Amino acid sequence: MAEKAPRAAPRDKAARRRHETLGLTDADCVRLFELLVTTRAMDDAVASLYRRGELPGGAFSSRGQEATAVGSCFCLNKNDVIGPVIRNSGAILTQGLSPVAVLRNFLGRADSPTRGRDGNTHLGCMDLGIIAPTSHLGTLIPVCAGAALAFKSRGEARVALTWIGDGAASIGDFHEGLNIAAVWRLPFVLIIENNGWAYSTPTSHQTLLADLSRRAEGYGIPGASFDGNDILEVIAHTRPAVERARAGEGPTLLEARTFRMKGHAEHDDASYVPRELVEHWKARDPIDGFERYLHESGVLTPDETRALRARVAADMERMEREALASPFPDAGTVAAGVFAEGEA
Amino acid sequence: MPPTNYIEAITQAIDEEMARDDRVFCLGEDIGKFGGAFKATKGLFEKYGADRVRDTPLAESGIIGVAIGAALLGMRPIAEMQFIDFISCGFNQIVNQAAKIHYRWGARVPLVIRGPCGGMVRGGPFHSQSPEAWFTHTAGLKVVAPSTPADAKGLLKSAVRDDNPVIYLEHKWLYRRPSVRQELPPGADRLVPIGRAEVKRPGRDATVITYSAMVHLALEAAEVIQREDGAAVEVVDLRTLVPLDKPTLLDSVRRTSRVLVLHEAAKTGGFGGEVAAVIAEEAFEHLDAPVRRLAALDTPVPYAPTLEDAALPSVGKIVAALRELLAY
Repeated sequence: MAEKAPRAAPRDKAARRRHETLGLTDADCVRLFELLVTTRAMDDAVASLYRRGELPGGAFSSRGQEATAVGSCFCLNKNDVIGPVIRNSGAILTQGLSPVAVLRNFLGRADSPTRGRDGNTHLGCMDLGIIAPTSHLGTLIPVCAGAALAFKSRGEARVALTWIGDGAASIGDFHEGLNIAAVWRLPFVLIIENNGWAYSTPTSHQTLLADLSRRAEGYGIPGASFDGNDILEVIAHTRPAVERARAGEGPTLLEARTFRMKGHAEHDDASYVPRELVEHWKARDPIDGFERYLHESGVLTPDETRALRARVAADMERMEREALASPFPDAGTVAAGVFAEGEA
Repeated sequence: MPPTNYIEAITQAIDEEMARDDRVFCLGEDIGKFGGAFKATKGLFEKYGADRVRDTPLAESGIIGVAIGAALLGMRPIAEMQFIDFISCGFNQIVNQAAKIHYRWGARVPLVIRGPCGGMVRGGPFHSQSPEAWFTHTAGLKVVAPSTPADAKGLLKSAVRDDNPVIYLEHKWLYRRPSVRQELPPGADRLVPIGRAEVKRPGRDATVITYSAMVHLALEAAEVIQREDGAAVEVVDLRTLVPLDKPTLLDSVRRTSRVLVLHEAAKTGGFGGEVAAVIAEEAFEHLDAPVRRLAALDTPVPYAPTLEDAALPSVGKIVAALRELLAY
């Protein structure tokens, strides 16, 4: 970043204090903004690859939900563990994986994290504390509770965090995993990412609850619902949950209210979503909103955010070319790796 | 040392592995102070405490999912299904998480899921099942089904030390059966390797390929045939279904040329079909008779003694099948 650019005096001292109240520095805010912009650039690159026929499979986007993934993951320590689901590409990047690795995974290339064995963001990397999702949503809730159990058993001050959509919050593993985490007071955080739609099914067809976090009471744990498009709100609610988990006080159930700005996947035009609802949420875009905050609080000038966006776009173009240059896996390797050999 | 029960062998294996390796822990319903429905973890709660012999809520998918997560983070869990029938509640975690993790993204899942399978104890449709074929058909799972205390112990210890998910099927009919007791050789590091079958009785006239409790019925039937018909029947105990020890079973087939594939699970889609197909593909020219299968009827396992006996293989049915095979 060009740190020397003249910056606007903070228009609103209270606004400026918002991130400071959360213990975030200006540099943290710049990092958050960069992660948000990178996430969207990567999702857009994936969509573009799909439209150009470069992807063997489908393309999923987290557009509109970047703040939930990035903000919550930002509250973790380096050695904590996440279980991201399909619209948490921002969390994978926040955890430290390069976008080029994610693009390679979408492209099914030999040097991708799954070596062409799986696609999209279905990738894991224990070195970065990323447990891979499966299409069978909900499985990660008990699995991440199990990671938390390992931490607790060894007396490590580490936390496991995972997300679930409003749709998959209807799945049985939600209950089994969260209940076990609660009964054993595991260092675990579960965030329901309520983006309004499970494919074509609205949240009102999944639950009678207006606040999904009220389910927390049923497990005897704390819960809270918040605006998932405001990254500072996401951090304000996730950080205490993470701290509580780390302190050995058990899990928390959070609900981030956000919106899926595209279809279920790139093939889906989401024509079933009312136009005015899309417009309503478009005005609450998490990246535009945070950018305005950065300007108003004087963290970055409009020139600086423009430059940052341009740099991220250029980097993404380069990484896209790099990923496309990677080879497909050799067909002769298809049977390798079904079983782990020897001892780790 | 007095002879050891099949279930005592299982307890010993868990105990020894827990003593050897801090990462090993047990979880399951009622396994702690109570020692488990069949007492497989008897005495271990007192020895290792509530954290390592961990009672769980009644939630099999949760138990298995938690075990997978703990395994990913360096633990070596042994998850008990109170009856193996309930493994169906955790099926998704097993086939979509545990089985596919290493192939997909390279992480190791050192996990044992064990529990009592099988019938002949009047357990009815939900406490008598033999679910091995659900798992042998899923790439990424090892499946073992021991028939003796020595194999039960040695295979469980190998399973705990394996870096892959292992479905460990123990037969409740064998748990305390006096006739299967064995003097176990001393030595805590006596392992039975996964993937190795064993000839439990040598013979030259026909081969029974089987596993788990059916090994004992086959041995009894082989005795009857020896006594009454003068024919020598070989009994091959697969011990492990995946990975399958093809060399041992094919070697037996090539020597006897007549094969009965026997299992307690239902016939259609059962693992015996796979064994028969391997023989057809790799030893067809050595056969003097078509490969024969004897398995349970394609019904749920019924409760009433008359019905259960009609559904499952028995010594009498094995003897009859062997006579037809020898006469072909």
